[in-house]
Amino acid sequence: MVNERVWRVLESVMDPEIPVLSVLDLGVVRYVRSDEGGLRVGITPTYSGCPATEVIQRSIHEALAREELGNVTVETVLSPPWTSEWLTEEGRRKLETFGIAAPTARAASNMACPRCGSHEVKRLSEFGSTPCKAHYRCSDCLEPFDVFKCI
Amino acid sequence: MTSEAKFRYVLRLADTSLVLGQRLGEWVGHAPALEEDLALANIALDLIGQARLFLSYAGEIEGRGRDEDALAYLRDAPEFCNASLAEQPNGDFGRTIVRQFLLDAWQLEVYEALAGSSDARLAGIAAKAVKETRYHVRFSAGWLVRLGDGTAESHARVEQALDALWRFTDELLTPDALDEEMAAAGIGPSLPALRARWEERVGAVLAEATLKQPAMSRYPWYGKRGVHTEHLGHMLAEMQHLPRTFPGVTW
Repeated sequence: MVNERVWRVLESVMDPEIPVLSVLDLGVVRYVRSDEGGLRVGITPTYSGCPATEVIQRSIHEALAREELGNVTVETVLSPPWTSEWLTEEGRRKLETFGIAAPTARAASNMACPRCGSHEVKRLSEFGSTPCKAHYRCSDCLEPFDVFKCI
Repeated sequence: MTSEAKFRYVLRLADTSLVLGQRLGEWVGHAPALEEDLALANIALDLIGQARLFLSYAGEIEGRGRDEDALAYLRDAPEFCNASLAEQPNGDFGRTIVRQFLLDAWQLEVYEALAGSSDARLAGIAAKAVKETRYHVRFSAGWLVRLGDGTAESHARVEQALDALWRFTDELLTPDALDEEMAAAGIGPSLPALRARWEERVGAVLAEATLKQPAMSRYPWYGKRGVHTEHLGHMLAEMQHLPRTFPGVTW
């Protein structure tokens, strides 16, 4: 099946800002379809202005072009809007290992410092180095860390 | 409804985000602390992202082959349809926060209503933008309370900013013929209904910030119809100079 091959290729396309996450872990691939016009891959942006979205679209295009699967179109899908709930379990695990706390809809007390595991954490800013991250600090090991925002 | 009317309406949404985003971008490297620098830059990025989605759509509605870049970089001030408040200069951090809060609170109401628009494309953009705007308004409201209810100096500065900027809020909340046409078609929000929600939200934050709500002057500002204060032209001169000096330039 061509579509299965496409999904396997997508597993190897990484987010440029958080290089441990594939586009599948991130939950931004909405569909893979093939019709007479070729392959169509639907991608949803995480944030309206996230510069990574364009890089991701280009990377997907290039990765699929290397497989010689014919004509490939990468389409933007706005609705329904992306939510951090679409991050896969695997993606959450990879984030934590990478040192970024996974998003939690519950209070910050459930959040753990990705370095020492302490729940004594403090929010420094709801905005971080990329649109998808907030900035926290652990009150026990005193290290600052990023948190993947809940949106 | 003509496509020309819809084009101009979508430009209003686009340009308010674009101009406000550009203004916030002027803070990059100059904010009082690193966290605030990052926050303002992140909010600017969201706003410019929203503007790009709206501008691309506006270009498609117009159907004359203008893309987002042509609309952002190759229009002059009288063709911009942003609310006058968005183009007001940054001033100090307090003034930027006042401008930001008044507009964040407005955009939150607009996008929440627009998410149920009869226009599926606008509804999609708004449903995305509303999630981002909730973060924006928490940031600007939080700072407004800290500054208003802060030291005598910080209180005086945001009070002065509020007095200077309040006059521009009436434009956001009073519908003109185009706003009414869009509301009647189920495309845009009803501004009189939106005004009540906006006043409630803003009033609560101002009270917490120990700031007195200024009296509304009814001088009609019409940035949304292309009648701008002198500040927009200067801002555009900087924003547009590269693509105008080197037409078609790419990275």
